[in-house]
Amino acid sequence: MKIEILGMGCPKCKKTTQNAQLAIEELGIEAEIVKVEELDKITEYGVMMTPALVIDGEVKVAGKIPSKQEIISWIEVKK
Amino acid sequence: MKNQLKVFVIIGGFLLFYFLPLESFGFRNPIFEALAMLNMYAREHVIFSLIPAFLIAGAIYQFLDQNAVLKYLGAKTNKVLAYFVASVSGSVLTVCSCTVLPLFSGIYKKGAGLGPAIAFLYSGPAINVLAIILTARVLGWQLGLARAVGAIIFSVIIGLCMHFIFLSEEKERQANGELQFGVNKSDSDGRTGVQNLLYFISMIGFMVFANWARPQAGDQGLWALIFQVKWYLAIAFALLFIYILINWFKKQEITPWLESSWSFTQQILPLLFLGIFFAGLLLGRPGEEGLIPSRFVATLVGGNSISANFFASIVGAFMYFATLTEIPILQGLIGSGMGQGPALALLLAGPALSLPNMLVIRSVVGTKKTFIYVVLVVIMATISGMVYGNIIQ
Repeated sequence: MKIEILGMGCPKCKKTTQNAQLAIEELGIEAEIVKVEELDKITEYGVMMTPALVIDGEVKVAGKIPSKQEIISWIEVKK
Repeated sequence: MKNQLKVFVIIGGFLLFYFLPLESFGFRNPIFEALAMLNMYAREHVIFSLIPAFLIAGAIYQFLDQNAVLKYLGAKTNKVLAYFVASVSGSVLTVCSCTVLPLFSGIYKKGAGLGPAIAFLYSGPAINVLAIILTARVLGWQLGLARAVGAIIFSVIIGLCMHFIFLSEEKERQANGELQFGVNKSDSDGRTGVQNLLYFISMIGFMVFANWARPQAGDQGLWALIFQVKWYLAIAFALLFIYILINWFKKQEITPWLESSWSFTQQILPLLFLGIFFAGLLLGRPGEEGLIPSRFVATLVGGNSISANFFASIVGAFMYFATLTEIPILQGLIGSGMGQGPALALLLAGPALSLPNMLVIRSVVGTKKTFIYVVLVVIMATISGMVYGNIIQ
């Protein structure tokens, strides 16, 4: 599973990354967290409000810091 | 190499402190002014404007559905509507300056196109709630209003100019794909739109009345009347706010709200106070001298001549202002003799453009469009400064 965090490096993106990390640890699954910081690539996803979280190429949330709980629920739906 | 550097630093530091002109007025006064400026902001602006402003910004971020606004900037939106939304939506979308550029890029590439994207880029930094509140509070409501209105009107004009200049290119360029919003905002938490509106009104009401300015002597109108009862009004709004918070909000909603307010505070406040310090150091409080002599400022940007307005626009366009720092800097400049017109010109050109963000804009739209955009901003800021300067005098 690939989790991408889109954002140009503001504090909110770091918080999002943290939450994703926690979610993965709690579920104990194999997942790769990738930070996407280039504006061009962020736009490619059609995302305008950062931070955004993408799981396996699907935009899950944009413009909001997702909570650990939310991320866990998205991952579980995917499984 | 490392050691050499250390030697230089130590020798440099020694020389600096050895020759520190502590006795000289020209050295002591700017330091005093810098501290006095910080003191003034801490006393006058923190409790009744900055804290409520950060709370409002946090609430906008947390409780308003930004996607409802973004919908209108998509590729299929009616063009007139897209320009309108782009020019005013900065007030709810760009509480943090780091969100402006992704939005700009998104609107340009996947949404309503070049014109609305430019309109958004121009007005966004000028009309976010924090900027409007602090401009009006520190520099006076006239300049606050002129800044907001000027930014909105000129953003549309500049957007349209860009659209028509690059009309043929725009027609060829097909917007590819649609905007993604991810999962929609969680349930509306059981509050109606009216309840949310009242929540914002109670915060804004408190702030407006708590900051109601002292009327001019002899003024017996409504303004003076409100001033007499301003604390009753402010307290009434504060009580309404507390009532709303207790009755309509769940505890788990209040924490994220405070958290996002806190994160804005962390992001903006340190730089703002650094800006205030340097504004005091270089320019002094209004009526006092800093490192830069007042007559120097007055010659360059005093009055309301074309050259003064033009100079203010150019400086504003290239200089980088961290969020909100343009305000204390401008306060210092006005105090040193800058005219009202050039002040507005700098406010309009300043936060919208800077050398670093020109580079990012260039990476999105290319050199030619960036150049034309910068030229348009400088011209429009100069004109609006002239017009405003004439009205105010």
